[in-house]
Amino acid sequence: MRRVAIVGAAMTKFGEEWERGFRDLIAEAGLKAIEDANMSGNELDAIYGGTMAAGRLIGQEHITALIADYMGLNPIPATRVEAACASGGVALRSGYLAVASGHHDNVVVGGVEKMTDVPVGEAAIALGGAGDQEWELFMGATFPALYAMMARRHMHEFGTTEEQMAMVAVKNHANAAKNPYAHFQKEITLRDVMKSKKVASPLKLYDCSPITDGAAAIVLTPLEKARKYTDTPVEIVASSQASDTLALHHRKSLTTLNSSVVASRNAFNMARMKPSYIDVCEVHDCFTIAEIIAYEDLGFVKKGKGGKAIEDGETTLDGKIPVNTSGGLKGCGHPVGATGVKQAVEITWQLRGEAKKRQVRGAEIGMTHNVGGSGATCVVHIMKRVN
Amino acid sequence: MSSMTVGLPLTWRRIPERYNLIGSECEICHTKYFPVRRICPQCRRKGKMKEVKLSGKGKVYSYTRIYAPPSGFELDAPYMIAIIELEEGPRLTAQVEDCNARDVKIGTPVEMIFRKIQEDGKEGLIHYGFKFKTVSGTSHILQE
Ligand SMILES: CC(C)(COP(=O)(O)OP(=O)(O)OC[C@H]1O[C@@H](n2cnc3c(N)ncnc32)[C@H](O)[C@@H]1OP(=O)(O)O)[C@@H](O)C(=O)NCCC(=O)NCCS
Ligand SMILES: [Zn+2]
Repeated sequence: MRRVAIVGAAMTKFGEEWERGFRDLIAEAGLKAIEDANMSGNELDAIYGGTMAAGRLIGQEHITALIADYMGLNPIPATRVEAACASGGVALRSGYLAVASGHHDNVVVGGVEKMTDVPVGEAAIALGGAGDQEWELFMGATFPALYAMMARRHMHEFGTTEEQMAMVAVKNHANAAKNPYAHFQKEITLRDVMKSKKVASPLKLYDCSPITDGAAAIVLTPLEKARKYTDTPVEIVASSQASDTLALHHRKSLTTLNSSVVASRNAFNMARMKPSYIDVCEVHDCFTIAEIIAYEDLGFVKKGKGGKAIEDGETTLDGKIPVNTSGGLKGCGHPVGATGVKQAVEITWQLRGEAKKRQVRGAEIGMTHNVGGSGATCVVHIMKRVN
Repeated sequence: MSSMTVGLPLTWRRIPERYNLIGSECEICHTKYFPVRRICPQCRRKGKMKEVKLSGKGKVYSYTRIYAPPSGFELDAPYMIAIIELEEGPRLTAQVEDCNARDVKIGTPVEMIFRKIQEDGKEGLIHYGFKFKTVSGTSHILQE
C-alpha cells in the first residue's frame, strides 16, 4: 500500500442556497479543490462522489456521471458512493484506497447534497431512508426520534442532562460564528437552546443539525508526489470503517455506537496512535447527544463521562481536545453527502494552519468521525501534517 | 405522501408480522427474533428457524415524543414512539398510544394493540399493524 496525501481542499458556503443548484455546488467545490492543489484537470485519474439521497431530493440519480460532465472531466471514471450521512466519508475512503492501492494517482473526492429544493417533511423522509424503512420509519419514527431515544437512555444510564446536550450546541454555534462557510453565523446561549421548540423530546430545535445545501471536495495524491503540488501536504495516516445493525432497536446498547468504537480503535491501531495524540477532531454531531456519545466511543473520555467533558469545557477551541472547530454538523450545517468530506477539509485547513479565527495552535494530528444513519456505518480518518 | 408509497405486495408480505407479531425462533439456540429472520445470526448455517407468535407484552426500553412529524403523520403529531423490549427478548420500534403520555417511562409495562399506522395518500392503501399501550392505561388524551 502507498502512503496517501491530501493536496487540495475546498468547500462551498453551507446553508439554504436557494439560488444555487446541485450542479453549481459540486462544480464550485470541485474546481476550487483542484485549483487549491495546483493541478490541471487532465492530471486527474478518477472521481469518487458521496451523496445520499439525490434521487429523492432532486430526482436525479447517476450523479457522479453528472459531476464528471459538469466539471469537464470526461472521460475519467466517476463512482458514486452511498452510505447515508457517511457517504462523504466513505467516498473519501474509496478515493484513499484507490490511491493507496497504486491503481490511481490523482483522485478528486466530492461530497454534495442539495436538500432545500423539497419541503422539510419530504427531506425528513429522504433522511429516514438511512434507518430501517420497514421497521422504524414506517412506524412513524424520524431521525431526531432515534437519536432522542439514545439521549433518553444516556440520561437514564449516566445522568446526562438536557443542559449538557445544549452546551454542545452553544459551543458548535460559537465555532460556526468564526467560520465564514458555516450555515449558522451567530452565537447562541444555553437559554436559546433550552427554550427552542421541541422536535422529539428531549431533543429541541437547537439540538438538531439543520437541513443544509452544500458541497466539499478533496484532492488526493501519493505522498511521494505530494510536494509537486503543495508545500503543505497532509497525510492520511489511517482510514477505517465499520458497520452495525440498520435498525437502532436491534443494538445491545443505545448509549454507544459499536461501529464508532470499532472504526476508531482500528484507525488508532493503523496509525499507531492513541486518542491523546489527537490535536483537533471533527465528530458527527447530527444531534447534540451524538457528540457526547462520540467523545466516549472515540476514547477521549470514559463511557458515561461525555456530558461532564462538555460541561468542563474540554472540547472548546482552547480546551484539551478541540472538537468540531468548523461548527460541526450543528453549526456548520449538514448537507448529508457533503459532511464527511467537509470534515476532512476542516482538518486539512487546521493542520496547514489556515483555519484563521478558529485555528488550533500547533495542530499536527487531526481526526474525522463520520456516521451513517443511527450508526449502521461509521468511517474514521486520521490525518497528520507532513513536516 | 406517506413515509414511502408502498405497493400491495410488500404490505401483504408483512401482514403476519405486523398484524400478529409473528417472529422467528432458532431451534438450536432458542433465541427469538422479530421480525422474521431466515438465518440465526448466532448459529448461522447450523441454526434452524421456525415461526413463533410473540405475546405482545413487554416493557419500554426508550421513548420520545415527536413534535416534528414526517409527511403523512402530520395529523398524529405530537405522538409517542418507543423501543419496546418484548418479554421474549426481541426489541422493536412502535407508537405508544391510548394512554397518558406521562405514564410512559423507561421500564413501563406495555401491551400490543392493533391500529391503523398510516395511509398512502387520499386513495391509497391503509396500513394496519401493532402499536402499544401501557398495561394499566385507560383512554386518556395524550398529554405531556
Ligand atoms: C429540526 C428540524 C425538524 C427543523 O425544521 P423546521 O421545524 O422546519 O425549521 P424551520 O425551517 O421552520 O426553521 C425555523 C427557524 O429555525 C432555524 N433553524 C432550523 N433548523 C435549525 C437548527 N437545526 N438549528 C438552529 N436553527 C435552526 C431556521 O433557520 C429558521 O430560522 P428563521 O425563522 O430565522 O429563518 C429540521 O432541521 C430537521 O429535520 N433536522 C434534522 C436533520 C436530520 O435528521 N439530519 C440527519 C441526521 S442523521
Ligand atoms: Zn441459533
